[in-house]
Amino acid sequence: MMADCVLIVENLEVFYGEFQALFGISLEVAAGETVAVIGANGAGKTTLLSTIAGVLIPRRGQVIYRGKVVSGSPAYRLCQRGIAMVPEGRRIFPSLTVEENLEVGAYSGRRGPWHREAIYNLFPILQERVRVPGVDLSGGEQQMLAIGRALMSNPDLILMDEISLGLAPLIVQELYRVVREVAEAGTTVILVEQDVTRGLKAADRVYCLLEGRVSLAGRSADLNLDQVSQAYFGV
Amino acid sequence: MQWVNIVAQGILLGGLYALYGTGLSLIFGVMRLVNLAHGDMIVVAAYLVLLAGQFLGLSPWLSLLLVVPALFVIGVLLQRGLINAAVGKGVLPPLMITFGLSVITQNVLQLGFSADTQGLDAGPIEAASIEVAQGVTLGVLPLIAFATAVLVLTGLHVFLTRTKLGRAFRATSDDPTTAELMGINSRQVYGWAMGLSLAIGAVGGVLLGVRTTFAPSDGPARLIFAFETVIIGGLGNLWGTLAGGIILGVAQNIGAQVNPAWFQLAGHLATLALLAFRPTGLFARTREAG
Repeated sequence: MMADCVLIVENLEVFYGEFQALFGISLEVAAGETVAVIGANGAGKTTLLSTIAGVLIPRRGQVIYRGKVVSGSPAYRLCQRGIAMVPEGRRIFPSLTVEENLEVGAYSGRRGPWHREAIYNLFPILQERVRVPGVDLSGGEQQMLAIGRALMSNPDLILMDEISLGLAPLIVQELYRVVREVAEAGTTVILVEQDVTRGLKAADRVYCLLEGRVSLAGRSADLNLDQVSQAYFGV
Repeated sequence: MQWVNIVAQGILLGGLYALYGTGLSLIFGVMRLVNLAHGDMIVVAAYLVLLAGQFLGLSPWLSLLLVVPALFVIGVLLQRGLINAAVGKGVLPPLMITFGLSVITQNVLQLGFSADTQGLDAGPIEAASIEVAQGVTLGVLPLIAFATAVLVLTGLHVFLTRTKLGRAFRATSDDPTTAELMGINSRQVYGWAMGLSLAIGAVGGVLLGVRTTFAPSDGPARLIFAFETVIIGGLGNLWGTLAGGIILGVAQNIGAQVNPAWFQLAGHLATLALLAFRPTGLFARTREAG
C-alpha cells in the first residue's frame, strides 16, 4: 500500500438492483496523482466514480478516503470533505445562470485557491456569459462550467467523468490543458475516459476496466498500446 | 362603476389566494411533491392565532410573530420526520402521507375546537374601507392582504435569487443528485422548503381568519383555491402565482355577481378553461434537467 494514499478502493462490488456492475474492484490513488480509468462502454467506469463520490453505495468492499472509510456516506458530506465530481453529461443546473452554477459549486464553503475569478481566469469565455442560463452555453462551454463548478468546492480529489465526450478535438485539448493545470496545483485527479490515448497522455497511471473488473493497471509510460487494447476489449 | 368595483375586489382577493398558492407551488417546485395537507395547515395557523388571542391576549397581527415561526417549525419537523421518507419513491407515497396528514389534522382540530365556525377579531379595521374613486370602495383589510402578498412574493423572489440557500433550493429543484454532489443535503433543503411553505401559508391563514370564519374541515377548500391559483399562474413562477390568484379572485367575484351561488363555480370554470387552452398555465417557467 502506498504511504500517502488519498484514496483506496478495496474489493468494491456494486449492484443496480440484481444487476452487478462492479466485481471486486481495487485501486489506490496517491496524493497529487492523476489517474485515468479507461474502458469500453458498460465497463463500470461511471459506476466506480459514482460510488467513490457517494452517489451509489457498494454492497461489498469499501472506499477509504484520507484514512477513513467513507463508503455509505452521502455525496453531500463527501463534497464537504473534499471530493468533487464533474458528472457525466455535465449536469448543468438549467434554471441557474452561469455564475449561479459556479456559486452553487461553492456551497460547501471549503476554502482554497479556487473562487469565481480564478475560474474565469481558467475559462475566460465563461466570464463573458455570466448572466446567461447555464444550459444555453455550447457543449464545450458547459463542460468548462461543470469543471469550474466542481473546482469551486476546492476539492482535494476531483473526479471527472468523460469530459471529452462529444466535443471537438480543439476544445478537448483546451479542457485537458486545464486538467493538467488543476493537477499541477496539487489536486488529485481521477479521470474516466473512453479515449485511450487521451487517457494515457493525461494520466500518471491508468486502470483499465473490463466488465466490472480491473483488467490492467500500470504507469502510463510503461504500457504499450497492444497491452491496453487487449485489456480494453478483452481479446 | 359597479363592475370596476367587483373586479377591484377580485384583484385584492387574488392576493390572499397567491399566499395560499405560493407555498404549494414552492413545495412542488423544490421536491415535485403535492402537499394535500397544505390547506389544513393554513387552517391550523388560523386556529393557532385564535389560541394566541385567547391565552396571551394577542391581536391577530401580533400573533403572526408567533404563528409564522411556529408553522415554519411544524413544516421542518413534518418534512424531516415524515414526508422525507416518501420523497423519491414515486408519486403515490407522498400523496398518501399528505392525504393522511390532512385527515388527521381535520380530526384533531375538531376534537380540540369542535366543529363550530370561528373567527378572528382584528378590531374596527375589519370594516374600514377607502373610497378610491366614485363608486369604487376598497376594504382596508383586502388591501392589507394584497400588499402582504406582494411583500411575501418579493421577499421569496429575493431569497431564491440572491441568497446561497435560495440558489441551493433552485439547484435541488433542477437536479437533486447533482445538487448533492455540490455539498447540498437535499433532505435538509426539503425541510427548509416545507417550513417556508407553511410559514407563508400561515400568513394566508391569519388573513383568512380575519376576513371570514373558519372551521376544522375548511382546509380542502383552501387547498382547491391554492391549486387553482397555481394551475392558472403556471408552476415555478412567483409572479405567475399572483396573476393566477388575481384571475381566480376576479372570476369568482364576477360569478358571484351574476348569481351568489356561482362564486366557487366561476373560479372552477376559469381554471378549467385555462387548463383546456393553456395546460401549463399562463407563466410556467419550470425547466427539467436534461
